[in-house]
Amino acid sequence: MSTITLSPVERPSRPNAASIIRQMGMLPVLIVLYIGMYALTVYVAGSAGSNFLTSSNTMNILRQVSINLVLASGMTFVILTAGIDLSVGSILAVSAVFGMLTSLTQFASLSIPVFLLAGLACGLINGALVAFVGLNPFVVTLGTMTALRGAAYLFAGGTTVLNSNIPSFEWMGNGGFLAIPWLIWLAIGVVAVSWFILRKTVLGLQIYAVGGNPQAARLTGIKVGVVLMFVYAISGLFAGLGGAMSASRLYGANGNWGTGYELDAIAAVVLGGTSLSGGVGAIGGTVIGALIIGVMNNGLTILGLSSFWQYVAKGVVIVLAVMLDKWRQKHQTN
Amino acid sequence: MAEGKLIFEMRGISKSFGATHALRDVKLPIRTHEVHAIMGENGAGKSTLMKILSGVYTPDAGEILLDGKPVKIANPAAARDLGINLIYQELSVAPHMTVAQNVFMGSEPRGKFGMVDEAAMNRRTAEMLENLGARFSATTLAKNLSIAEQQQVEIGRALIHEGRILIMDEPTAALSDRETEQLFRIIEQLRDKGIAVLYISHRMAEVHRLATRVTILRDGGYVGELSKDELEPRRVVQMMVGRELGDFYAHAKRGARGAEVLRVEALAGGKVKPASFSLYSGEVTGLAGLVGAGRTELARLIFGADIKAAGKVVLAGQPIEVGEPGQAIALGIGYVPEDRKSLGLFLQLSALANTSMNVLAQHSSGGIIKYSELVRLTRDSIKKLNVKVSGPDGIVGGLSGGNQQKVLLARWLEIGPKVLILDEPTRGVDVGAKSEIYKIIHQLADDGVAILCISSELPEIVGICDRVMVMREGEITGEVSGDRITQENIMALAAHVEPAAAA
Repeated sequence: MSTITLSPVERPSRPNAASIIRQMGMLPVLIVLYIGMYALTVYVAGSAGSNFLTSSNTMNILRQVSINLVLASGMTFVILTAGIDLSVGSILAVSAVFGMLTSLTQFASLSIPVFLLAGLACGLINGALVAFVGLNPFVVTLGTMTALRGAAYLFAGGTTVLNSNIPSFEWMGNGGFLAIPWLIWLAIGVVAVSWFILRKTVLGLQIYAVGGNPQAARLTGIKVGVVLMFVYAISGLFAGLGGAMSASRLYGANGNWGTGYELDAIAAVVLGGTSLSGGVGAIGGTVIGALIIGVMNNGLTILGLSSFWQYVAKGVVIVLAVMLDKWRQKHQTN
Repeated sequence: MAEGKLIFEMRGISKSFGATHALRDVKLPIRTHEVHAIMGENGAGKSTLMKILSGVYTPDAGEILLDGKPVKIANPAAARDLGINLIYQELSVAPHMTVAQNVFMGSEPRGKFGMVDEAAMNRRTAEMLENLGARFSATTLAKNLSIAEQQQVEIGRALIHEGRILIMDEPTAALSDRETEQLFRIIEQLRDKGIAVLYISHRMAEVHRLATRVTILRDGGYVGELSKDELEPRRVVQMMVGRELGDFYAHAKRGARGAEVLRVEALAGGKVKPASFSLYSGEVTGLAGLVGAGRTELARLIFGADIKAAGKVVLAGQPIEVGEPGQAIALGIGYVPEDRKSLGLFLQLSALANTSMNVLAQHSSGGIIKYSELVRLTRDSIKKLNVKVSGPDGIVGGLSGGNQQKVLLARWLEIGPKVLILDEPTRGVDVGAKSEIYKIIHQLADDGVAILCISSELPEIVGICDRVMVMREGEITGEVSGDRITQENIMALAAHVEPAAAA
């Protein structure tokens, strides 16, 4: 029996030690990892000193995390309903290509809506197939992942769509507000919206209900199909936003963008304590999960580890972190 | 009957989980040729005791003696080696495997080159099935078996391992009366062969019928042991709950029923043949019948959980069309499903979420939930229904069966139902909570709700209903009311022994 890291209606009116520890979830892992990475960079850098803790590197980490966090937020909705969305990386590519193509036309000012609508449309396709045709989410999104990847290459003509003149959305990837890049603000905004929907709205509670027990949800009058439609749609929408963010940052779009992003997003959600079997989890955990991955990537790069070893290290840390979490929860219940 | 010999003994067993004492100084002697019943409310420690015996848990203190010598039961495999077999409440039969494969799972006989010896497996299973009087073969796929037959497979598994002790946890929970009777015959056969049977049940009648000896637990402690001739229901209940219960079914005959609330005309769909009846304000109508008679299916048609093929439902004089549960709820029709864990509750969510799931629309504005209202509403429900939960934030999965059922009831009371359909409202619920649930049902009826209560427990139907309809093979075969509500009359209609009784 696993305990719940965060429940949607757990309102800490009178917090006690146990519930605070429970609410922290994977936060201790993140802190330990952060300190460990710092120590390692100091050790490796020697007298030159480490710049791991500098504000510019911190900003770097957050900027690198931002797109994964946007995708992982959408993924959190889907996984809470016991589903999965493997297609987010491909949706990101499709919407990035569509948006960039739009920016080359006379409708350039409409690029942002095109990014978002392209993502939303893809999400709606996933949602309709899962909710109303009743197909398995893994199979549906495996299919759309492949098909949309192909579509992205086709629409991009097999090359990179470049445009260095993108006034309508250049700010996203390159501008900032209050000395913080817009990429980070957008990720914060997505997290805030997700938190609000999941914690404060009827729909949010219904998402947990559908994930926890779809049959009971139906007998309680919840329109299960509509809820499922919503979670895949919002996952698609966020992936579209992710497409806009990467296209803006790199002034271009390519059919192979976002390859493997779905796995980073899933890893962030799972590291954050959201159960793959649905009904249990929260967006706060996903933020911590995404940061863990970001700190890993950044620290290992500073350490000068080859990217092959980075993959190995990342995989090991993901499994270890989840093992640790399981151990921690077990010892809390006893 | 041969005299029972003490083969196994548990003494001074204690077990704690954190601060909770699940068991304190419990003793249990087990003799051959005996059916020893363990009784107690949910949470009394029956399951923990059985899990210690079968090696799932290790006790914190106490000793276990086998043939007078102390033994340690470190894990379930060790228990099986000692001849102890546990049949869980939830059956663990793999649906896509044959009966023989299920029986020998994990201990397949080996033939040449270490390959599974299918022939030997099927032969030995067939012999065992014949002994049990089973009506299926060793090569039948488990998914084609009824619940009762699957249980026979589990019993077969225990027999193949040449068990000396067979533990059965609520084995009749999902069985019809006929299947129960067949199970009892098998248990008696096993007993006569010298196997010690430990039998956990809430049902007094079964214990009375089967048990040679009864051990009663309460709050993890040993209360006492009764022999067969000391078994008296009132006394057992009193020992289980530690207090005198009021009149168990609290059945005060109500005055005349009120107006007709719901009328069903020739409603049909699935296995339900055209059914017509009415429900009245302030009346508890029972719907009896054997398992599989179509009672749940009929309820689901009224509630819109399944789509009707024909017929009409009239609510307070107005014909209604219900295409999905949400519409029924909006009209004031509630349905408390029979299987609260898989169809009713959200086990990983809080009491608040579970209680308020039907009334979120009324306690939100613009889709944003007004949590303070829901907290108040949940607190009131917890208090009114006497639910033992830490508070609105308490997770429902951790509650006992009775408390879970009360949370589910609370959800449906929140809609202020005009019609409330209760499907097996006290299944797997301990006597204390049962009596409270009956009180709630009668209180609702007194408040003018029309209640349809589906139950497979005849004493319950007889005890709480003002009128009883009986279904058989998808058809309503009759109706009894007043003094004609007896177990015999209901069974006659359910099993169709007395064709003239059909109304």
